[in-house]
Amino acid sequence: MSIGIKVKKGLDIHLAGGVPENARPAECRCATVAIVPDDFTGLIPKMELREGDPVKAGQPLFHSKLDERLKVTSPVSGTVKAVVRGERRKILRVVVETGNGEPERINVAKALSDKGAAREALLASGLWAMLRQRPYDIIPAADARFRDIFVTGFDSAPLAWTPASISKEEAKALETGVKLLSLITDGKVYVSRRPGSFLPDLPGAEMVDVEGPHPASNAGTVIAAIKPVNKGETVACLDLATLRRIGLLAISGTVDFTTTVAVTGSEVKNPALVDTVIGAEISAILKNNIPEDGRNKRIISGNVLTGVAVTSDGYLRYPYRQVTVIPEGDDVAEFMGWASLSPKKQSTSPTFPGHFLSRRLFKPDARLLGGRRAMIMSGEYDKVFPMDILPEYLIKAILAKDIDRMEQLGIYEVAPEDFALAEYADTSKLELQKIVREGLDYLRKELS
Amino acid sequence: MKALKKLMDKARPSFEEGGKLHAFRSVYDGIDTFLFTPNETSRSGVHIHDSMDSKRTMIIVIVALIPCLLFGMYNAGYQHWLAAGADSFPFWQLMSYGFLAVLPRLVVAYVVGLGIEFIVAQWRKEEIQEGFLVTGILIPMICPIETPLWMIAVATAFSVIFVKEVFGGTGYNIFNVALVTRAFLFFAYPAQMSGDKVFVASGKMLGIGGEIDGLTCATPLGQVATSGATDAAGVAGAMTDIAGDPVSLWHMFLGLIPGSFGETSTLCILIGALILLFTGIASWRIVLSAFAGGAVMALIANWCATPTYPASFLTVGEQLCLGGFAFAAVFMAPDPVTSCRTNTGKYIYGFLVGVVAILIRTYNNGYPEGAMLAVLLMNALAPLIDYCVVEANVRRRMARAKAAE
Repeated sequence: MSIGIKVKKGLDIHLAGGVPENARPAECRCATVAIVPDDFTGLIPKMELREGDPVKAGQPLFHSKLDERLKVTSPVSGTVKAVVRGERRKILRVVVETGNGEPERINVAKALSDKGAAREALLASGLWAMLRQRPYDIIPAADARFRDIFVTGFDSAPLAWTPASISKEEAKALETGVKLLSLITDGKVYVSRRPGSFLPDLPGAEMVDVEGPHPASNAGTVIAAIKPVNKGETVACLDLATLRRIGLLAISGTVDFTTTVAVTGSEVKNPALVDTVIGAEISAILKNNIPEDGRNKRIISGNVLTGVAVTSDGYLRYPYRQVTVIPEGDDVAEFMGWASLSPKKQSTSPTFPGHFLSRRLFKPDARLLGGRRAMIMSGEYDKVFPMDILPEYLIKAILAKDIDRMEQLGIYEVAPEDFALAEYADTSKLELQKIVREGLDYLRKELS
Repeated sequence: MKALKKLMDKARPSFEEGGKLHAFRSVYDGIDTFLFTPNETSRSGVHIHDSMDSKRTMIIVIVALIPCLLFGMYNAGYQHWLAAGADSFPFWQLMSYGFLAVLPRLVVAYVVGLGIEFIVAQWRKEEIQEGFLVTGILIPMICPIETPLWMIAVATAFSVIFVKEVFGGTGYNIFNVALVTRAFLFFAYPAQMSGDKVFVASGKMLGIGGEIDGLTCATPLGQVATSGATDAAGVAGAMTDIAGDPVSLWHMFLGLIPGSFGETSTLCILIGALILLFTGIASWRIVLSAFAGGAVMALIANWCATPTYPASFLTVGEQLCLGGFAFAAVFMAPDPVTSCRTNTGKYIYGFLVGVVAILIRTYNNGYPEGAMLAVLLMNALAPLIDYCVVEANVRRRMARAKAAE
């Protein structure tokens, strides 16, 4: 049994620098890895280890200040090299030097049969912190009751890489993951995929075949089409990589922190796949793959829509499995760009010839390509927003900090990533994802 | 281009805080961002942006207005020549005459409006916004050719300050700025803005054309309103051009009739409409439903035609081609800031603009043209329509939440 969904509103952004289909991942080892607490939204970190302490892979680095059970664990064994702090002693990142050592073992004896044990295993292994919940798009509370669980089985974001096949062991891990997850929800476990994709039917899960352009893979899109989140309800979201880790945990009792990263973008010499671990060094991932042409580049951990800009000495951020490098563009002097008829310019507007070149792979840079304005054009967000929500009005309610209105207009159903395409298409260049993030944080603060 | 870029970069410090020319920062900013795409890169959220920006949006609207503007120039000359009783109509002389007639009005509208915009941008420490680029060209196009320059200046200043800037600038206004300019003129100086003395230029322009004394020619709609005609034939006979010949539907469509400068030619308006609809800048929902609403109301009026209101004898084609209807439906009603913002709302809004425009023009002999008032009225009602559409979405969500409990 599977459910079919056709996404009608949306946009596939075609960019240069995609990973070839038959690419094989290359091994990438790095001397240090880092975990950034900010990536685990909603969790205020309290360190469990100090600089210099030895650490095992899967051993907690820090936990939530409000609930000790919510832990984030180290992806490698070694020693804690640095706890980098910023203003007001905020922990910016925890750097771990890679060494040797056995991984931490988690008790998973009853994880596949007992509800409490399943939850315990996820919390103790740190995999719980890899879940996200709606509403608020944060790490769920340790005792959260999930109406349903949604697993994102593919990625439709620009230049994202999805494997073409899957091994038997992996399929087994996914099945086991579903089994464990179904213990922690009152409802169903939904797994989305492209119709006819590599992903087989997983016993115990409701498969969702999603057709259509990005944001087809966003959890928000799938939830909205199947069963939108109402006030008072909580659903959990995770990606396929996390489902696999959960399955492997239940099978082996250890957490697999390895990840395959797609190195993409127009400024990468050879788009490729890299096998590495969570929190790997960007310099190791991009080794010898960036041309030295003197032009400024933007390195993004993640895709161009929702990723985070990092420096070349930075680290792979969680949960991204992609690194995109595009031109920064601040070193270009473009004469009267607003009048340009160049086919190299990418746009949703038919006033650009590029709009009609559906096969062209574009090489955009990070410029705003215009000044920030008040909301002028109407209906721009609607065209790329596939939920039954009025995005413009929701944004206005958030800006006005009107809690009642936000609730009425569906703030519980959205995450910042759902607004990424609208932010891209906006001629007024408003920072929609930031606005939504701040709105969700504000709402959570006021209602807690 | 590199030399120009260098020049601009070199000049920048003197316009920044503490610089000698600091008071002109907004002017420098305006010119700099016009010449070179800003180098500001994204700091949060998406890393790439659509190439479309508000500058291009506004320029496309201006491009769509050019056919109307050019035709307006020709028609201004044509009407003048016709009034002088000429037999031949030399194209370039007609164009030059019209150009010289409209140029001072364009210049006055832009100087006053942009001047205010620059001052406000400087005062608010904001970037100059593009909204007035379109408003400035619209103002002379929707005014009679004989409107005195000082009136244009006063009306432009009034509407830019009190209709736009006090609300917060481009994107925040409730009413269409250009239309309020027109409404201000209409109600403050009715004698100079309507009747039979203002729609055809009578003076000489730098030696082109001649001085015509005692020239009177009302617009066809004005003629109908004051004709007292009691049947369709009477109405048709009342519409004459300046030489006294009857005006055919073809002439109305082409626009060779007296009227406000840029809005007489339905043909050119349709060319503009094609540009706006193809580029997606005007909402097809609004434009189409405005014409539909106008056609429906014209049909109803024509069907129940009564001698009390001579304009009710006009056919659907005449109603849509005459006066400012088509211009308002294409260039005024779809203004994204002042129209409805929800898709459902756009259909309702557009339809009502059409209906109300014909309603006012037909059933009120005092106002021979209703398009301006119709759009302004619907500007005021647009938030209400949107409110109802948004409430429907809210109710749907609330019902769903209740069912889930």
